[in-house]
Amino acid sequence: MHHSIEIDHLSFSYPDGHSALQDVSLHIEPGEKVALVGPNGAGKSTLILHLNGILLANLPQKKASGDSRVTVCGLPMEPKNLGRIRAAVGLVFQNPDDQLFSPTVFEDVAFSPLYQGLSPAEVEVRVKAALASVRMEAYAKRISHHLSMGEKKRIAIATVLSMQPEVLVLDEPTAGLDPRTRRALINLLRELPMTMLVSTHDLAMVREAFPRMVIMDEGRIVADGPTQELLANDALLETHGLEKV
Amino acid sequence: MHIHFLDPYRPLLSPIHSQDARAKFVLTVAFILTASLTPFAAWPVYILFFSVLLSVEIISGLGVGYVLKRASLALPFVLSALPVLFTVHGQTLFAIPVGSWVLTASVEGLERFISIALKSWLSVQAAIILSACTPFPELLQAMRAVGIPRLLVGMFGLMWRYLFVLVDEALRMMRARAARSGENTGAGRKVGGSVAWRARVTGGMAGSLFLRGFERSDRIYVAMLSRGYDGEVRSLPLPPFTGRSWLTLAAGLTFLGLLLLFGIFFWG
Amino acid sequence: MLYSPVEPMHIPDGFLSTLVSVVLWVISAVAVAYALRRVGKDLGERQVPLMGVLAAAIFAGQMLNFSVTGGTSGHLLGAAIATILLGPWAAVIVMTTVVSVQALIFQDGGLLALGANIFNMAIVGVAVSYFVYTSIQKLARGKSWGIFVGGAAAAWLSIVIASLACALELALSGTSPANISVPAMGGIHMIIGIGEGLITVGALTFLYAARRDLFRIGEAAPRGSKAIWVGGLVIASLLAVLSPLASAHPDGLEWVAEQNGFLEAAHAPLYNILPDYVFPGISNGALATIIAGLLGVLLVFGVAVGVASLRRSKKA
Repeated sequence: MHHSIEIDHLSFSYPDGHSALQDVSLHIEPGEKVALVGPNGAGKSTLILHLNGILLANLPQKKASGDSRVTVCGLPMEPKNLGRIRAAVGLVFQNPDDQLFSPTVFEDVAFSPLYQGLSPAEVEVRVKAALASVRMEAYAKRISHHLSMGEKKRIAIATVLSMQPEVLVLDEPTAGLDPRTRRALINLLRELPMTMLVSTHDLAMVREAFPRMVIMDEGRIVADGPTQELLANDALLETHGLEKV
Repeated sequence: MHIHFLDPYRPLLSPIHSQDARAKFVLTVAFILTASLTPFAAWPVYILFFSVLLSVEIISGLGVGYVLKRASLALPFVLSALPVLFTVHGQTLFAIPVGSWVLTASVEGLERFISIALKSWLSVQAAIILSACTPFPELLQAMRAVGIPRLLVGMFGLMWRYLFVLVDEALRMMRARAARSGENTGAGRKVGGSVAWRARVTGGMAGSLFLRGFERSDRIYVAMLSRGYDGEVRSLPLPPFTGRSWLTLAAGLTFLGLLLLFGIFFWG
Repeated sequence: MLYSPVEPMHIPDGFLSTLVSVVLWVISAVAVAYALRRVGKDLGERQVPLMGVLAAAIFAGQMLNFSVTGGTSGHLLGAAIATILLGPWAAVIVMTTVVSVQALIFQDGGLLALGANIFNMAIVGVAVSYFVYTSIQKLARGKSWGIFVGGAAAAWLSIVIASLACALELALSGTSPANISVPAMGGIHMIIGIGEGLITVGALTFLYAARRDLFRIGEAAPRGSKAIWVGGLVIASLLAVLSPLASAHPDGLEWVAEQNGFLEAAHAPLYNILPDYVFPGISNGALATIIAGLLGVLLVFGVAVGVASLRRSKKA
């Protein structure tokens, strides 16, 4: 069985010269639940955007430290594989308003199966299943724009689940949520079976739901290991701007 | 990810950057006007225009490559002037038979075509230099000084302020759409949906942008009210136009005027 | 990702004759000033934040695209949407803001040609949209299909008619004869207009579902709306009729072009007073070019050296 995510020696700089990633290597096994933490500007979002090819580094490359490569679900990251990679990795962004751009919930969730060319009957099945996974079956006919933040966040996850991805990647899922909504979302994330990578500041959620933690700072991975262990290392947390929970 | 690289302003220290925005603005418009009035095929004048632009680019520290690269983006429109090759009467250059017609290109036509392309290229460089050497808020002041209504200038300013925010939102929406544009392996299905569907989805994204724009403008309005806004766009009086700026303006306008006279005299 | 859209309707500087540019500047200035007064009365204090942000939204909306076939993609102009949601006067101001800032910051369209671009996109585009949309709305008698059919038709026709205006301006300037520019511009934009129509319908669908109340802003007939309706009708008809006419008889426009080209080339060149060449074998024209070239090189070289040495002395 292949790794779900294999990143080797990835470096990336933005067009304006800002270096966002420096020699990042990360391997994630199928079924793992991993949290990516670190201060703002550490490169977490940049790394995530590489996972479904939205940012495409010039790969593969030979580096002094080793071959630079990104492989997702067995597929090397190159333009010809982008379609399949995007179907395999569901990326959920931080701001649901940027992801819900159809009039109704149904249409937003139906986007990816429709794009994949599935028949109307299959699309219907996928949408129902995706909404069921996030416990929002009743919302199909609702207007996305009228929903609350928590509801939008769940629908945004559903829009990606309808692709039936192998990996779910979420950027700041609990940011801006009140405690009750946050609790519901955490419970949801614990229920979802697929491999999961979450970028977050919410260390309490990490302690509860994500057995493995990766700390990033200034474009590098500075720690990667069991959550309990890392959270007990006060010096490490403080050096990288993390608060003990 | 921020799209600040959309902002053409390059903060550098140079004699050009430090000029009063009003002088720069007027000189840029005067330059474009002069180029427009200069007769066709006045090559020496075009060369001098270009030398002036190059000099300004060097003095400003922008680098010649930067300006030329951005100027080349406007080139495709040149194709619309292509017919001029064949419609201006004069000495025949070459002829192309097309079906039962013969298209005759004339020397004058070629001169005119090249003149149009050059004038356009020179004008766009001037505009690029202006926007790269002048922060937009100062350009707004320049527009006020020139007489553009305060209300309109106020709207330009707000548009500029929220441009980057909303373009950011648009880019993120396109990213979210790309993230959901996956393909089913070996399904043999038509990927991407129909064009009409894609257009409608894009329309939905546009609608979402407008809607958020509306609602954001409500919040901005409330914020403005909270600070005493009453509908009048007020701003500090413009700083005095120094003698140095008058000198720059006069020198520039005189030079342009001379070049124009030169051009009209000999090629008019 | 560099901002470089292919905008076939934003005319750069150099393609319109000075006369055409100036005349259109005057017309646009008058129209925009009037619209500004009108909008002030209708919207009051809200206008600055509303128009400014919506202009930004339209600009951002123009960055959205959808792939059509192969490498081509469809884009939005936005005059129709602005007109439908805001009413004609506000739409004129919003589109003027969009087009102006595009020219000033991104050199999308020239500065001298800005008057023409404002005329085409902010005035013609809006007037035609208003005319088509309100007419279809009346036909639909309040039923919802009027919004979407009206929107699609307004979007399409506004793009086509604006492009015809653009083509005629190019023809009047002598840049592109009418029998080529009109069919070329008109033809291309009839296709581009379909994309605009589809996107507009998509946007209207979204907005109708999410904030139906917003549609009332545009619908409340402001004073003077009759005038715009008539104006839109007149513009659309004029351009629709004139363009094929001009196209069939390009000589007429060429005559006009030549007349107004007098600013660029009319009287006998002065150098006829001098002999055709000062140096044997080299015509005066070529001589002047060479001298100018030398002067230019000297100037640039001098500046480059001067700047470089200044920098070195600063570092030292």
